[in-house]
Amino acid sequence: MKAENKKSSIFTRVSDTNLLLAITIVIFFLMYIGAILFQGEGFLKPQKFFDILNNNSALIITACGMSLVMITGSIDISVGGVVALVSTCCAVYLDFHEGNIFGSILIAIGVGLLYGLVQGFLVAYLDIQPFIVSLAGMFFARGMSTIVHTAHFNVASDVFNALKNTRINVPGMGSVNRKGIYIPAYVEIGVIVALLLVVILFIVLRWTKLGRSFYAVGGNKQSALMLGINVKRTKFLAHLICGLLAGIAGYVYLLHVGSSSADNAMGMEMNAIASSIIGGTMLTGGVGNIIGTLFGVLSLSTIQNIVSGAGLGDAWWTGITIASMLCLFLVIQSVVMAQKKRALE
Amino acid sequence: MNEKRILEMRGIDKTFPGVRALQGVDFFLNEGEIHALMGENGAGKSTLIKVLTGVYTKDGGTISLQGTGEVQIHSPQDAQNLGISTVYQEITLCPNLTVAENMYIGRGKGQITNWKQMNTDAEKLLRSLDIPAKATQQLASCSIAVQQMVAIARAVDMECKVLILDEPTSSLDEQEVEKLFGLMRDLKSRGVGIIFVTHFLDQVYEVCDKITVLRDGQLVGEYEIKDLPRVQLVAKMLGKEMDDLSDIKGEGGGYQGKDSGEDVFEAKDLQSDAGIKPFDFHIKKGEVNGFTGLLGSGRSECVRAIFGADRVLKGSVKMHGKPVKIAKPIDAMKCGIAYLPEDRKVDGIVGDLSVRENIILALQVLTGFFKPFSRAKANAFADEYIKKLNIKTASADTPIKSLSGGNQQKVILARWLLMHPDYLILDEPTRGIDVGTKVDIQKLVLELASEGMSVTFISSETDEMLRTCSRLVVMRDRKVVGELSGDDLTQNKIMSTIAGGESKA
Amino acid sequence: MSAKKKIKTGGIWKKIVGNQMFIPVLAILILVIVNLIKDPSFFVVTMGLNNDGFPVLSGSLISILDNGSELAILAIGMTLVTAASGGQDISVGATIAVAGSAMLRVLCGDNPRPTATQAPVILAFLVACLVGMLCGAFNGALVSAFKIQPMVATLILFTAGRSIAAWINNNELPIVPDPKFAWFAGCIPGIPIPTSVFIAAACIVAIMLVLKFTNLGLYTQAVGINENSSRLNGINPTFIKFLSFVILGLCVAVAALIKVSRISTINYSVIAKDIEMDAILAVALGGNALSGGKFNMWASILGAYIIQFLTTTLYRFKVDSEARPAYKAVVVILLVVSSAPVVRNYFSQLTKRFTSAKKEVA
Repeated sequence: MKAENKKSSIFTRVSDTNLLLAITIVIFFLMYIGAILFQGEGFLKPQKFFDILNNNSALIITACGMSLVMITGSIDISVGGVVALVSTCCAVYLDFHEGNIFGSILIAIGVGLLYGLVQGFLVAYLDIQPFIVSLAGMFFARGMSTIVHTAHFNVASDVFNALKNTRINVPGMGSVNRKGIYIPAYVEIGVIVALLLVVILFIVLRWTKLGRSFYAVGGNKQSALMLGINVKRTKFLAHLICGLLAGIAGYVYLLHVGSSSADNAMGMEMNAIASSIIGGTMLTGGVGNIIGTLFGVLSLSTIQNIVSGAGLGDAWWTGITIASMLCLFLVIQSVVMAQKKRALE
Repeated sequence: MNEKRILEMRGIDKTFPGVRALQGVDFFLNEGEIHALMGENGAGKSTLIKVLTGVYTKDGGTISLQGTGEVQIHSPQDAQNLGISTVYQEITLCPNLTVAENMYIGRGKGQITNWKQMNTDAEKLLRSLDIPAKATQQLASCSIAVQQMVAIARAVDMECKVLILDEPTSSLDEQEVEKLFGLMRDLKSRGVGIIFVTHFLDQVYEVCDKITVLRDGQLVGEYEIKDLPRVQLVAKMLGKEMDDLSDIKGEGGGYQGKDSGEDVFEAKDLQSDAGIKPFDFHIKKGEVNGFTGLLGSGRSECVRAIFGADRVLKGSVKMHGKPVKIAKPIDAMKCGIAYLPEDRKVDGIVGDLSVRENIILALQVLTGFFKPFSRAKANAFADEYIKKLNIKTASADTPIKSLSGGNQQKVILARWLLMHPDYLILDEPTRGIDVGTKVDIQKLVLELASEGMSVTFISSETDEMLRTCSRLVVMRDRKVVGELSGDDLTQNKIMSTIAGGESKA
Repeated sequence: MSAKKKIKTGGIWKKIVGNQMFIPVLAILILVIVNLIKDPSFFVVTMGLNNDGFPVLSGSLISILDNGSELAILAIGMTLVTAASGGQDISVGATIAVAGSAMLRVLCGDNPRPTATQAPVILAFLVACLVGMLCGAFNGALVSAFKIQPMVATLILFTAGRSIAAWINNNELPIVPDPKFAWFAGCIPGIPIPTSVFIAAACIVAIMLVLKFTNLGLYTQAVGINENSSRLNGINPTFIKFLSFVILGLCVAVAALIKVSRISTINYSVIAKDIEMDAILAVALGGNALSGGKFNMWASILGAYIIQFLTTTLYRFKVDSEARPAYKAVVVILLVVSSAPVVRNYFSQLTKRFTSAKKEVA
């Protein structure tokens, strides 16, 4: 009892979640500054930064859902498949069934919710391992999207394309091009959706009872039950929200690429997991932060940009960099947590 | 119905596959009463508690509360809403949340968490209960004792009508226990009914008003504390007039080791990374000695250092006079040292494996990776010790996790005895197990010593150590502060040495 | 019929349903029945001539045994990893690509179109084993020494593996010029059964011997169930976990040999695609807990062949290869749901109520 207060340095007093978040943010800034220093110019342009957002808005949304289930100590590897399925379904509906925008949005949300509903039920109420459930979910989604439509095609719907090409200028940011014309920096609609969702989720996780129950369940399921939390419902809701977000991400993805293809969003689940981990979410559950996840996505794509900018354009380098970055973060997390544990003893 | 009666449980039945855990048990609790629930392990105490808190659903019987009448409790949440809160033996809080959150999560109305409000409330409560923790601190950074106090603070703050304390004292030191008792008396005066489950008889007689005794899932009876002397309580729990306890007591100063024997084990300047100061230690052939001290004084850490369970930083070790190097448990085992760990669940049993596999595990590892025992041999070993130690199990194939606590402990004991060690370390072998098994284990220790085995025995109950040990190493604040033997082996002497009073080490 | 007899049969029924082998055996039965109804020719095994003019056995059953070889071999290692670490290795597909690529590099040298092999096959295989075990050791070190959850640790090689494989051969796709190389997967002239079946059988025999004559099984299970306790009993949990990953690495190398031999070349992004999922499903189908601890090796191996059985059945039903996963997923979910303890308890309670109600009527 007495020894306690003596040793509490800042290091041990900060919660696991905030500690990992701090590491993530610092590393992102170091990386971005590194990019500016070594590859110069390009990274100084605001548009370069906003393009990272434009290209990854769908990933941000799926990664948020992934973080949520990871915080509850679960996992959902079907998100990439769901994104592909949703984008295919919506594209087919828009082009072959003369569908309108609202209908397609409803389809996206519906498919996502249905996915979350079924997977959440299987994981939470039937107590089946989430890995297996979402693995089957991934197979199913990939298979279904080829059954819905196999060939690649661009969505032709006018309203959709108008929406797709909508650019929202970022006030006060921009750059002057070679001809001396000022071009304001812009973001796509998807980015707005993604950032809105990040804010909403952040608020939910921080200030609502439901949000705190996610952490409690991930920290210790048994204890959470004893503390009077409905563990099954909490898990179910986490998967439901993750499914819903994957559905929305599917639509945002379609808005960005504008085409349907069987290998849409290939490997997105792994990128989402990687972003969450880099963002300081631990797969063991109970530790994580949505803001961290956002920075995780940014870090991941910044490093990809750096690598391709360095002339290592070959496809394999991207894979290797993401992997080594993941490796680096995992080792950092592992070492930091072990150090903290030791400092406490 | 009595006006002051706040809880009535009548004819509670609960059956698990193969076991009738509770058969028609009645339990009554009055307002402003501290009511001890006693019984051996497997008597059905925990099951009754878990039925009351909604962790298990009862198969039969009724539960009524003052004011509400008969209630159905399906989940811990239901119980909480009805004003029944519980503090369990194991910490049932979330390590990743802050202290304040752990106190307030899962209750109250509304969907929004007001951090500011919560933190000030929590801080106030912590201060009023004198708990040394900050509201904003992450729970995992508190010691186990503080975590337990936080759990109690949570229960206290819920303004419950019924408070259940399920062995809350096993991880607290004396001071903290006193504090807890003060709290309990305070709540009692406010009219809260408290159900207190514990294995410590002293504590029962210190704070309780009534005792309900269970045995084999059945109600033995409800007694006023003044009507039930200790010996009779033990007798009721065991279901027979027991002289065994007083038998051992009759031997007086405990077992006297053979003074002339050679040193079996000797350690000089031993230190591990668990934060203990370097210490010297030795034990003779056929001697029973022990480490004593308050909880957290480093007694477990000392024996863990001997066994190589923690990382050894420095020191030299001799076995039978020859220098040996013990860096890992396997090294110690090769030297003939066996160690029964303090925490049975975490360090002892391998839950899903059968009783047989659990028994042969240590000897099997010692024999070697490439020499597995034949099925017949393993069975022979298991059967031998199941009989010898009177382990109650359906068969040797039963997974160990389905045995009761006392029987699990016997299996772990069998595991080490099978190794035929020269030196056996028993760290709290009697914690959380029933009186009958406690006596069995103490007898066994003395028997083994008379056969020439050296035994180090650690227990939180000093009289147990006085009964069995001929020499005690006393510890305070992770340091060896004295050694007692012969006539010095008395309660008073031990207490004063621990306290660091006038008696010199 | 007396009530007594009913209870007795109920007991046996319960025993059968409760057995770990119940689900895999039931799955096989259902697959067999479906195939019998749809097209009994599924089970016909004929003797025909292969492309080289040698007599070989052919038929769906042979193709299940043949194509299931890699999966069965991987299931062995995956079972051990699952039991010891309580997690799964999702990098096996990618590491097959790495090991296969290394093998081709040794066989073909710098030239992607050599006229003769540059090194003996045995040397290439040994290098592949080494590479496989290195990959396993990398995963194992992250899991055992750095205490990273297996799924996440192996995510690294999962992401990077195929890229590394491409990098080893400078993104070329070398072709092995020696037709004999194809014998490892196909048939050796004169022997009517594909060699891969023998390789798988040899691996199964090897692991069974290891489990019988060493304590690998006991140690692995003890570590998977209670790491602390295992350590205090003299087991080195770090090493056991590490070892299980290295063994899986060896299994990967053997599987890579068969995979590469099938086409005498490699396609980095397609080779052994999704095989990690199949291997994990094999372990789960066998009724082994994916959270580690106790395992049954035979059940996992059976699980692997069931998955191949399913794949082959879908192929026979002319299901588009891209859409096949959807059907597989449905089957998997049905199996997993029916073996979930919650569901089983529910049904056993339902039958209990049913029988007791019946009794009351009587």
